[in-house]
Amino acid sequence: MTKDTQTGQRPLRVAIIEENSIRAAILLDGLRDAGVADVEVIDTMTHMLRRLSTIDPDVIIIGIENPSRDVLEQMFQVSKLVSRPVAMFVDRSDDGMIQAAVEAGVSAYVVDGLRKERVKAIVDMAVSRFNAFDRLQRELVAARNELASRKIIERAKGILMRTRHLSEEEAYALLRQTAMNEKRKLVDIAQSVVTAASLLEK
Amino acid sequence: MPTRNTGRPSPERLVRIGFIPLLDMAVLAAAEEQGFARREGIRLQLVKDVSWSNIRDRLAFRQFDVAHMLSPMPVASHLGLGSNPYRCFTPFALGRGGNSVTLSLELYREMQIAADLDGSEDALANALALKAVIERRRRQGRKPLVFAMTYPFSSHNYEFRFWLAAGGIDPDSDVIMTVVPPPLTVDAMAARAIDGFCVNAPWNMIAVEKGVGRIVATKADIWPSAPEKVLGVSPDWAEKNPETLSRLIVALDAAARWCDDPGNHGSLAQMLGDRACVGISPDMILRLLKGELTVDPGGRTRSIENYLMFHGQAANFPWISQARWIYSQMVRWGQVAHDEPCLAQVEAAYRPDIYRSVLAGSATAVPLIDSKVEGVGSSSTVVPTAGGDLTLAADAFIDRRAFDPSDIPGYVSGFAIRTK
Repeated sequence: MTKDTQTGQRPLRVAIIEENSIRAAILLDGLRDAGVADVEVIDTMTHMLRRLSTIDPDVIIIGIENPSRDVLEQMFQVSKLVSRPVAMFVDRSDDGMIQAAVEAGVSAYVVDGLRKERVKAIVDMAVSRFNAFDRLQRELVAARNELASRKIIERAKGILMRTRHLSEEEAYALLRQTAMNEKRKLVDIAQSVVTAASLLEK
Repeated sequence: MPTRNTGRPSPERLVRIGFIPLLDMAVLAAAEEQGFARREGIRLQLVKDVSWSNIRDRLAFRQFDVAHMLSPMPVASHLGLGSNPYRCFTPFALGRGGNSVTLSLELYREMQIAADLDGSEDALANALALKAVIERRRRQGRKPLVFAMTYPFSSHNYEFRFWLAAGGIDPDSDVIMTVVPPPLTVDAMAARAIDGFCVNAPWNMIAVEKGVGRIVATKADIWPSAPEKVLGVSPDWAEKNPETLSRLIVALDAAARWCDDPGNHGSLAQMLGDRACVGISPDMILRLLKGELTVDPGGRTRSIENYLMFHGQAANFPWISQARWIYSQMVRWGQVAHDEPCLAQVEAAYRPDIYRSVLAGSATAVPLIDSKVEGVGSSSTVVPTAGGDLTLAADAFIDRRAFDPSDIPGYVSGFAIRTK
């Protein structure tokens, strides 16, 4: 049975956006053979977004010739929460293309032709690329926040050292003790110190 | 840096170009069909595509070397916006104009009743009438109007929003903005799935001719100088093929000049009418090239000078100030937060330096500056070029506020309607 790559909770759920029923059937077969049973086919543009949000898929598969790709792009732009790996299929591709797709850091993945035995591998690849990219983004945000927090704490320590004539270690200990007493984050206490000091200046 | 090599002939090089079937791909088609590319020793392989996402990705996948792109796409790519941001740049704009805002006939009739329109009103009066209708519908408890554009990072998105906001309408809370691919816009309107759209030619006039839509504003009403499509270039390809890129720019410059000449519009209309290009009636294309728009199904027409401009008024120059204006609209609508370091990325997306180095000394007037105040309404703008001053016509925004590219925060905060 398939392990879920997205949440570790439920099996992989896939939405196929495909108006051509033959292509949709090939994809459906390929996924079922590979043990992905939770598959929904969206065969019409009408209400595509509503259906996608109801299905809440882990992966979206869409043909490269489908103009609705730009509609998905808008959906991802409006709500970052619904951003999902997209696997694309084209009927022809040159050798360098898959490599180039990976180098470009894309979650969309392109397969040489639509053969059902390759479907699962492509979907897995799309998910892992997406997760890797998503993790990088989250790490970047976390790193930025971490840096900002450290700066605030440094400033608060400086203020305490100056106004209360404490050593750096004492200033840090005071901040930490206050945070524990008030059950708040260290950075929040530091921010209060910085804000209070700016109000008291002049 | 590409340099123009006019030395000995070399074997013909192939340039793969992705495009979307719209009239503003004219310069690309003319460059191949009229022999301008061959004259430069290159051959263009034009590949029709269906979505801007594909254009972006196939450039990244090296299926295309360059592409017909929306002017905000290189900027978005440098800012890391959208899926699969692949940093491409533009050294050449493919022209101005062509966009319009079309509302469903039903909605326009409501506007006529609400604001007593007789059909001769300008774009701003139409926006104000729409505002009155939206307020009336809200009081009646009717559901919000749905408006479509083609891509989140498009001139259509920013122009549609600019026009709505000029009329006091908040595009994020008063209406629903959605994306519909250009070839589906007319059908979506006929099926009442959307109440209006902003898209490039020919789709607005098709909606009018089919009796479902009314053109209420054009790009020329909102901002005449707005950059429309650009040549998006893959940086990997450009690095390996600097000479081919230079030859391509020379060929496109000649093709753009050819497209602007009214004497060639008959041939151009035939060329674009071909199924391999846009695939609609050459008669309609010819009327659009002349700027003769039918704006309502009753046959009311409007003549717009330079509705589609391919070469004149430095239309191909990739102005840094226009890249900055695009960024200002991304900030205005909350697509990106304003941040000074972003500006270096914005500027890396537009490359007037490449345009200048390739076309310096040619018959084309090449601006010596990269930026100017945009949308000066009261007077023409004089731009220095190596061959003397170039006078650009007055090009006011619909809200009459000029854009000073050095003060983006001031410009953005001056909008009453923006994402807060």
